Amino acid sequence: MSAAGEHIVSPKLYVLIWIILLCFTGLTTAAAFGDFGIFNPIIALAIAFTKAILVVLFFMHVKYSPRMTALVIGCGLFFLSILMVLTTADYISRGWMF
Amino acid sequence: MDSHAATVEAGLHHRDPELHNQFDTLEQQKDTAHLGMWVFLITEIMFFGGLFGAYLVYRNLYYPAFVAGSNSISIFWGTLNTAVLICSSLTMAMAVHSAAIGARKLLVGFLSLTLLLGLIFLAVKGKEYYDKWTEHHVPGANFHFDDPERPGEAPVPADVASQTSIYFSLYFAMTGMHALHMIIGVGILLALIWKASRGSFPPHHYTMVENFGLYWHFVDIIWIFLFPLLYLISRTPAMH
Amino acid sequence: MSTATQVPAALEMPRDTYLNAGYGVKSWFLTKDHKRIAILYLVSITMFFLFGGLMAVLIRLELLTPAPDLFQSDTYNKLFTMHGITMVFFFLVPSIPATLGNFVLPMMIGARDLAFPKVNLASWYIFMIGACFTFSAYISGGVDTGWTFYTPLSTSYLNTHVVAAALGIMIAGFASIFTGLNFIVTTHRMRAPGMTWFRLPLFVWSMYAVSLVQVLATPVLAITLILVALERGFHIGIFNPQLGGDPVLFQHMFWFYSHPAVYIMILPGFGVISEVIPCFSRKRIFGYSAVAFSSVAIGVFGFLVWAHHMFAAGISTYSALVFSLLSFIIAIPSAIKVFNWTATMYKGSIHFNTPMLYALAFIGLFTIGGLTGLFLACLGIDMHVTATYFVVAHFHYVMVGGMLVAYLAGLHFWWPKMTGRMYPEPPAQLSALITFIGFNITFFPQFVLGYMGMPRRYHTYPPEFQVLNVLSTAGASVLAVGLLLPMFYLLWSLKYGEIAGNNPYRATGLEWQTESPPPMHNFHETPIVTQEAYDYESMNEEEVVIG
Repeated sequence: MSAAGEHIVSPKLYVLIWIILLCFTGLTTAAAFGDFGIFNPIIALAIAFTKAILVVLFFMHVKYSPRMTALVIGCGLFFLSILMVLTTADYISRGWMF
Repeated sequence: MDSHAATVEAGLHHRDPELHNQFDTLEQQKDTAHLGMWVFLITEIMFFGGLFGAYLVYRNLYYPAFVAGSNSISIFWGTLNTAVLICSSLTMAMAVHSAAIGARKLLVGFLSLTLLLGLIFLAVKGKEYYDKWTEHHVPGANFHFDDPERPGEAPVPADVASQTSIYFSLYFAMTGMHALHMIIGVGILLALIWKASRGSFPPHHYTMVENFGLYWHFVDIIWIFLFPLLYLISRTPAMH
Repeated sequence: MSTATQVPAALEMPRDTYLNAGYGVKSWFLTKDHKRIAILYLVSITMFFLFGGLMAVLIRLELLTPAPDLFQSDTYNKLFTMHGITMVFFFLVPSIPATLGNFVLPMMIGARDLAFPKVNLASWYIFMIGACFTFSAYISGGVDTGWTFYTPLSTSYLNTHVVAAALGIMIAGFASIFTGLNFIVTTHRMRAPGMTWFRLPLFVWSMYAVSLVQVLATPVLAITLILVALERGFHIGIFNPQLGGDPVLFQHMFWFYSHPAVYIMILPGFGVISEVIPCFSRKRIFGYSAVAFSSVAIGVFGFLVWAHHMFAAGISTYSALVFSLLSFIIAIPSAIKVFNWTATMYKGSIHFNTPMLYALAFIGLFTIGGLTGLFLACLGIDMHVTATYFVVAHFHYVMVGGMLVAYLAGLHFWWPKMTGRMYPEPPAQLSALITFIGFNITFFPQFVLGYMGMPRRYHTYPPEFQVLNVLSTAGASVLAVGLLLPMFYLLWSLKYGEIAGNNPYRATGLEWQTESPPPMHNFHETPIVTQEAYDYESMNEEEVVIG
């Protein structure tokens, strides 16, 4: 199995990702000033996830790493979602709070 | 990895000085360090995850207070800092790239740029904290929330104003923990720059730079989420 | 009683061992050898265990009579808090992983050391720094929050050293994270040639599952305790109902760690028992993959059940229903293990060596602990017995009857490997028996007391509860004898014990193929694995041929 760093990514790709990330930052700030109702936080989070995925795949080289790395990340996100979902499930199903 | 069949005794004599005792090959050592770093980052995800969980709960409970609190922090500085961090991620990625191709001067240069951008981020964060301090928006005995004056808007009701304390607690806890990670990162960067300038990272042995890069990008990702969650809750006047 | 020990005449201690690789203070405190770090941990947690045990003695003495004779209520509160914090965070959580796991895990997979020896040493230092914080809180007046630090009691009302104690636990948590991280990476990357995942000893599987839990759950505890410290120091309001905060959120975050932490405290025990039972039954483990996967399943399901600690705390009924159901489900993998151990012993040639006696005690006690856990997972019964001695008895059956007994099993099992000398069999068997009897007399009455309604954490009680409390205290003194005995004869054996030889129990497993005590880098040659784990049948056949 090959170590992640051995694949040398071209600086051009880095710059391209960087430009996309900056554009998304502008976009998310602009979107916050619009009124999309329930979609405001959804748009903001969708952009945030897109940016995070770009950083993880390219800057953090996961695209070129062994699949084990992706598995580790997936595992972390899975347990994070357990924390989020089961905690929130309690709050949203408490009849006396909402 | 099951192919590392070299015996200890044979292996110990003619070993690469960079190869630690417990490993058979440099490749195994590198893979191992890599996996270790990723597992560490998972613990970081869970660490911040606790805060994000608290945020989720309270944002649902006290949405108006979160909107009021969010609107009182400066979107300009927040956006600027996001851009600064993204730039620092680029310079960090370039630093790892320079290490991989063995360009020592470029490596030192990009690491220094990353350091500079990290310090700019912290300075801006400090300015924001100072503003919050003077506005009495720091939770605690002196906390006091006045709706920033905006023409044509009703003032925030008293109960909402007191609930903004929760928003600001989370704001300071989340950005504070993030800033703490930045400060640790800056410290490690200083050490890396010093080592890199002495030529400690030849092209076959720069795992430390690579792993620090992972850490730095991770801290960037945390900010990528903090920014919309804390700064961008409903900036539309119509919504409250 | 028959024993498996066969001591051929004239065994000699190996010449170069990890113990005589260096003698100075520096050679111990700056060591990167996993075996020496394990010994450092062993000595430290034994100290903490004695301290926590002393607190338990004082608690039981106070409860001898219904009236408050020895302590004021606030002193009593401090006693049970210090007992809980010390035993949970400074004894049980590091007990098997950081000592036995640290010592044998690399050897079991045929590695020369853990993947990150420096991180391993750092983890011990971090652990001790954490202990310094927490114990400084004890010394400067104590803590009386209970080991759970429930808000707003801990943040707004108590006038004791909560912040120091909490930060100490947070710091010690990082030690636990580092140990877990090291084990995960080591298991993935450092296995010897031929050591496939399904040839791993089950102890390694259980350590892997524990490490997952340590790595994924402990950070949440860290951030929770930081928030408690912030709340206490700056009144930020995040857990303070007066400022709109929700104390139940603290409980969610706390139990998100602390319920999985219960599995940090029992899974390593499962691992030890899975090693001991096949060895002393001279049989292959029954259902290897079922035992292995059930460890991982417990690790994962352990994250889905935390709110069963909060049924009476005001969580939503629907949520409580879901958590109740999930809590029942986690009993399945635990039961799989118990059945498999039992099936392993069936028609085995059982030898009653001390580790096996402890293992048998474990199966019985853990089964009672686990089954009473099912009572507590029932919403209805839980409402009745929440915060009573029923709960106290339940978790002591799991943590003491389970983990502590398993720890003693493992300590005796690997003692010859660690020191090169056998423990003396007769006193060890006696102390295992005393521990088992003393434990049951101590804690079984507490089930009855709890069901009758005696609440935990009070230093007085109505006179009608006295008989059972006296029984419990009497049992505690028997238990204390059973737990103190090993300290004497194990220390004695360091000098006078029989020389053990490489494999005194004729056990499978790579750790038994090297010398006892092992050399600095564990193996003179990297072992190559060609067999499954626990192949006792072919080993027995060989012996028949030779014998």
